[in-house]
Amino acid sequence: MSVAPGTLVRMKQNDIPDGGGTAVQVRGLVKHYGETKALDGVDLDVREGTVLGVLGPNGAGKTTLVRILSTLIRPDAGSARVAGYDVLTQPRQLRRAIGLTGQYASVDEKLSGFENLYMIGRLLDLSRKDARRRADDLLERFSLTEAAKRPAGQYSGGMRRRLDLAASMIGHPAVLYLDEPTTGLDPRTRNEVWTEVQGMVREGATVLLTTQYMEEAEQLADELTVIDRGRVIAGGGIDELKAKVGGRTLQIRPADRSELPRVVGAVAQAGLDGVAGATADEAEGVVNVPIVSDHQLTSVVGLMAERGIALAGINTHLPSLDEVFLAITGQKTSTAAEDTPADTLQEISA
Amino acid sequence: MSAATITAPAKAHSADTRIPLRSHLRHIGALARRNLLAIKQDPESMFDAVLMPIIFTLMFVYVFGGAMFGKGHQEQYVNYLVPGLLAMTGLNIAMAVGTGINEDFRKGIMDRFRTMPIARSSVLIAKIVSELFRLMVAVAIQLGMGFALGLEVKTSVLHLFAAIGLSIVFGASLMWIFILLGLTMKTAQAVQGVAMLVLMPLQFGSSIFAPTNSMPGWLKSFADYNPLANLADASRNLLQGGPVAHSVWLTLAWAVGITVITAPLAVARFRNKT
Repeated sequence: MSVAPGTLVRMKQNDIPDGGGTAVQVRGLVKHYGETKALDGVDLDVREGTVLGVLGPNGAGKTTLVRILSTLIRPDAGSARVAGYDVLTQPRQLRRAIGLTGQYASVDEKLSGFENLYMIGRLLDLSRKDARRRADDLLERFSLTEAAKRPAGQYSGGMRRRLDLAASMIGHPAVLYLDEPTTGLDPRTRNEVWTEVQGMVREGATVLLTTQYMEEAEQLADELTVIDRGRVIAGGGIDELKAKVGGRTLQIRPADRSELPRVVGAVAQAGLDGVAGATADEAEGVVNVPIVSDHQLTSVVGLMAERGIALAGINTHLPSLDEVFLAITGQKTSTAAEDTPADTLQEISA
Repeated sequence: MSAATITAPAKAHSADTRIPLRSHLRHIGALARRNLLAIKQDPESMFDAVLMPIIFTLMFVYVFGGAMFGKGHQEQYVNYLVPGLLAMTGLNIAMAVGTGINEDFRKGIMDRFRTMPIARSSVLIAKIVSELFRLMVAVAIQLGMGFALGLEVKTSVLHLFAAIGLSIVFGASLMWIFILLGLTMKTAQAVQGVAMLVLMPLQFGSSIFAPTNSMPGWLKSFADYNPLANLADASRNLLQGGPVAHSVWLTLAWAVGITVITAPLAVARFRNKT
């Protein structure tokens, strides 16, 4: 098999057969810190070759879950198997099968990008030559070749996350944990990281992704588990969940406000499945249409053209995490509802 | 479908999950290299190893030397003091290990190390290896300073190396104490505070700076059992001539005793740290 330099190729022994077994299996996981129930009986599965998004607000137990699954802490009760290995009885084998990219980049700031990756290669028992080659390949793949000799401490936030991702990939892990990989990053950098993760996923990586952002889950995950206060409160495919929470909202602004009823009427006739009907917002001069698929978006827009309704604006917006929670539980998130990415950014830089 | 269908890496299949010795040494090498590269990147971290011996030697020789041996006769004090300072170097370097490991542990990189298939002791042993490098630099500067001010080795080069070796062995054992301390205490400042508290009596309640004869009985008894004083005596007699057997063996016994007790505790502490 010929491989272009810089591409990631799984080593044979880590290849996960198609058709998918369960790469991560969590049953009844409990972890208490004094009175705080960080995890209070969590069950979840990640199928091989898929991305499971674990969505939840700050303090929902996401990081505790990842720390247990990477053998950093021990659960109080319940069981978890990763790549077939038990977190409690086979930690050493399990560690060989995982890669971890944490919320705070786990790279050595004093070492250069190259030295970071080389060190990890050596710790994973690569020969000097192989460790060097693997480091160079991954630096190239993650567009860090030019910065290879600079200390990681001088990297921008996005470069550091990319180096962190590269470090996690050195051992060709069977399962990759991404613990809030874009928390605290600006939107452009966030897109960079998403692109890298999507690349890995295309190559068949099995990923457990934790995130606070619905948008991130939608971009990266195949399936979602929503957790709050240490409990799973919803789960399933992205589309299922979106159907449940109303998915995206399409906002149509006709050029002439008097056309609002016509827009509503047209959408009603389109016969969209699985969503509540369109509602006109007279004050804003828009019609809000909940949609669950791109196909529905296309047909609604097509219908407007067909009916000759002149439009002044059209856009879609995703439900926020808070709206998702509201739809599932009828309650706001347990932590501060106004926890926006901007807030998080400030927290981290503070 | 069961999770067992995932093919795990071949190595993990072996029944023996212990890390083979060669891999263990490779891991220690890679981690020690990391520590040394960090020193290279941040040369200020060598200040204590480089400046402490210079400042201590100058300060004590010129402040106390004249008072003890008369003005202009400081070089006599050099021969008394420098072997003692050689003994103290290990303690000073070891102290920095505690604060260093405490700070290191706060960084995300430690999480990465702890999720990798390496023996957790290798992280600590690598720390000792790179700190021994710092200790050797400090010892070399200490001796260079001593020779510049008139230190004489009245025995032989072999005795000199024995004294150096003894200081390094004892210093390495002290490092385990401070690693344990660094992993146990919450902040680097707390480690520093406790270290100073332990350090001062051990340094000054000893024969490092002045003979113990003039000390009151209780302090003299303390100094007689003070392992640092034993090391200072051993070091002094190795360089200046005099009975060495008792103090050398006692120092080695202390070094072994300290390591045997604190090293496993430190590794266990590291393993269970969350």
